[in-house]
Amino acid sequence: MIRAPLVKALGALGSPTHQMASRAVRTSAMVAQTPAKAPEKIEVFVDDIPVQVAPGTTVLQAAAQIGVEIPRFCYHERLAVAGNCRMCLVEVEKSPKPVAACAMPVMKGWRIKTNSDLTRKAREGVMEFLLMNHPLDCPICDQGGECDLQDQAMAFGSDRSRFTDINYTGKRAVEDKDIGPLVKTIMTRCIHCTRCVRFASEIAGVDDLGTTGRGNDMQIGTYVEKLFLTELSGNVIDLCPVGALTNKPYSFVARPWEIRKVSSIDVLDAVGSNIVVSTRTNEVLRILPRENEDVNEEWLADKARFACDGLKRQRLVAPMVRMPNGELQAVEWEGALIAVAKAVKAAGGQIAGISGQLADLEAQLALKDLLNRLGSEVVTTEQGFIQGGTDSRANYLLNSTIAGLEEADAVLLVGTNPRYEAPLVNTRLRKAYVHNELQIASIGPKIDLSYDHENLGADAALVKDVCSGGHAFSKVLEGAKKPAIIIGADLLERADGAAIHATVAEYCKKLKKPNWNPFNVLQTNAAQVGAFDVGYKAGAQTAVKAQPKVLFLLNADAGKVTREQLPKDCFVVYIGSHGDNGASIADAVLPGAAYTEKQAIYVNTEGRPQQTLPGVSPPGMAREDWKILRALSEVVGKPLPYDNLDELRNRLEDVAPHLTRLGQLEAAGEAGAAGASKSIGGGAIDIKLKELRDYFMTDAISRASPTMAKCISAVNKQQRENEAKQSVAI
Amino acid sequence: MQRLLRGVRSIHLAHLLRTGVHLDACEMRDKLKFEFSEDNRRRVTALLAWYPEPEWKGALLPLLDIAQRQQGWLSISAVHVVAETIKIDPMEAFEAAQFYTMFFMKPRGKYVVSVCTSTPCKLRGGDEIFEACKKTLNLEHGQTTPDMQFTLKEDYCMGACVNAPVLAINDDMYEDLDEKSLGDILADLRCDKLPPAGPRNGRFASEPKGGPTTLKSHPPPPGFMMQELPDPKTNKCQ
Repeated sequence: MIRAPLVKALGALGSPTHQMASRAVRTSAMVAQTPAKAPEKIEVFVDDIPVQVAPGTTVLQAAAQIGVEIPRFCYHERLAVAGNCRMCLVEVEKSPKPVAACAMPVMKGWRIKTNSDLTRKAREGVMEFLLMNHPLDCPICDQGGECDLQDQAMAFGSDRSRFTDINYTGKRAVEDKDIGPLVKTIMTRCIHCTRCVRFASEIAGVDDLGTTGRGNDMQIGTYVEKLFLTELSGNVIDLCPVGALTNKPYSFVARPWEIRKVSSIDVLDAVGSNIVVSTRTNEVLRILPRENEDVNEEWLADKARFACDGLKRQRLVAPMVRMPNGELQAVEWEGALIAVAKAVKAAGGQIAGISGQLADLEAQLALKDLLNRLGSEVVTTEQGFIQGGTDSRANYLLNSTIAGLEEADAVLLVGTNPRYEAPLVNTRLRKAYVHNELQIASIGPKIDLSYDHENLGADAALVKDVCSGGHAFSKVLEGAKKPAIIIGADLLERADGAAIHATVAEYCKKLKKPNWNPFNVLQTNAAQVGAFDVGYKAGAQTAVKAQPKVLFLLNADAGKVTREQLPKDCFVVYIGSHGDNGASIADAVLPGAAYTEKQAIYVNTEGRPQQTLPGVSPPGMAREDWKILRALSEVVGKPLPYDNLDELRNRLEDVAPHLTRLGQLEAAGEAGAAGASKSIGGGAIDIKLKELRDYFMTDAISRASPTMAKCISAVNKQQRENEAKQSVAI
Repeated sequence: MQRLLRGVRSIHLAHLLRTGVHLDACEMRDKLKFEFSEDNRRRVTALLAWYPEPEWKGALLPLLDIAQRQQGWLSISAVHVVAETIKIDPMEAFEAAQFYTMFFMKPRGKYVVSVCTSTPCKLRGGDEIFEACKKTLNLEHGQTTPDMQFTLKEDYCMGACVNAPVLAINDDMYEDLDEKSLGDILADLRCDKLPPAGPRNGRFASEPKGGPTTLKSHPPPPGFMMQELPDPKTNKCQ
């Protein structure tokens, strides 16, 4: 109700920054924007300081340009303007009333007073009304200490209260709602800024939330009792300016001033979202997003945010060796390393290494160096890829870049569900869909992407149809200014994966535009790109085929390798943080560090190297993975030539210099593997992560997380209830 | 024993809260199926023809009204059907239905009696009318009689202040009321007879009672009260 009209007004004025409009609204907004030829700047005065702004800039944005912060609750840069909290009222000279700065576009020569008596009085008044119905439960509120209402009441509110109604009608109270296992609601604290409603409908594309009732009875909620189930639900916690929506697993755990914050990188998908890890007394308490316009903007997917309790479960805390009776027994490091070294020496050169989903670049490089020194070249990734396709970086990267996809105007998804494989890539696609008239088609099973798209079918032969230019969607791609084809990483594991890859790569050469590479592979594993960059081969089966005597599993937990595939006398060494699939088949388990416990580089799906920083120390006797390999090399008698992280990074620079330029993107060339066959076998294309329930547990950490388990059962419960309701209705 | 009882009680309480306060699916009887009737479907099609398809959203309120007229009230399934018809999200339609006081999200009586008690009506005895309604119908604001004949509402300005005090029964306005005429109206309604709408004190519409008090003479001729112009020949006023 509140969303559309104001957006429309702003859209017509051509506000330059972050305007959000719903699909229905945008047609009119676009029409109004067409005569956009570098409009002349106009001058306004904020507190008597002259500012040059583009026409259509709001008062609030104009003030922000010279660093004057106007208090606000409902306004958010990445959401549509609602203008309903009234906290941003400011005085404008010659205007009879104060104006709402967030929604009012400036006019030439306006003199805006952000600190006048009238402005201050307006703020105090608004604050008084907000506090009238806001409970005084700051001492037991989880938002306490990082609450916008608290801070702004302190800075802009009155120093005394006129509220005496407490013994009469009392304050308004609202029933709490159960919207799922991740977000806790205390609705009495809600100040109706509607940020959560706008986030849900604009960014997440789930129109579950809304405002019901009117006047004093207004509530935020869902219209039938329903869980707010989306892969982005955690972001409403950050958006909520008060304590109405808080982090359920983190409730009553810590105060913001007690925790240490460490800037790090998320590794549970291949997006490489920037995060802040909050820790206290050597324990990861929660994970928050960190702003990075190129990667995750300021959002974070639920798995990245809430799976952190998996870091405390199922951990490997001591080295273990399998005893003759078949049981793993905890031993000292010395014993474990000697046992492994014995097996390695006995194996001659018949050694292989498999790097899994969560392996960091340093450990991958150390493992490769060690195996090379021992005379083996067999180091592979656990997840498959096309054989021989790892020579050129462009073959396995998201070449259009994550931020670049925002500008795309035609996208074909082949065997991928970005909504669950990389939720923050999907938000970019949705953004392009909403603002850029993006046309999307998918080849694969029917899925819900949170925006309209055309499902062309599931048959793999369709790839050939489209890429030969004969299909209807080929016309769309060829006519687009910035077309993109995104292939799912899992799809390339198929037998005809190489053919699909080659066909698409060939077609993309035709679609190529200056400064725009339309060929994209959406990786799902944080370790995959880095592994290929330092020279790993694709696919665990390559390692199995070599029938090694010793097999190193570096965080390889996807269960792609089973004991039966390996020779009977094969000695399996698992290096990693969690007791999962990998450790269960290992003869020796060497406990490693999880991503919050080490300084390590991960390369995301667009090829951007970023580093994690240690927030806590590894539990028990666990060590950083590369240090384990370094120690092992010493025992084996082939010491690796680096003793600390700097030396290891120097070695990395020799191998792949672009990987040490943290945060920077290196443009890759053209995709296309030499000599690949182009006969696509046909058969249906499948996607692993089809529904929300498939999303929550995809790696060793999220599988160990009780919160993720609760999410899955909540999704299942909701579905059962829906089915029951439908059967009653029929 | 104590623990068991407490456990039971808390569950019981939670259940009460849920059904009593929350917009629960069961309470809203969303299992009622709703479909536009043949006539109404034609009306809907005609209405939608006014709007280009991306702006179908504009037909939300008329469509909700049609649905309410068909069903007597707006069930969740009716809101759903409306949302589907104009291709918006159900929550958006629900927000609108919740916001406007003339949409009834619960079953209502056959006759919705809404009494105006805002300032002009209050000055002319709107409160007394409302009290009398409460007493006669034995209802409070927002309540419905068990036989589903009457729903009583205290409402705000209906735009008929000249004829205060007024009340509305469904779509009709009953004006210039006093306790006696109110009694007659309600008695008629009790016999399931809808009395003719309009003022109850002998007026036809909003004209002054007992005949006009102004504008009684014939309208003056053209040029009345105009400034006298001098004769161009003599340059003098006559």
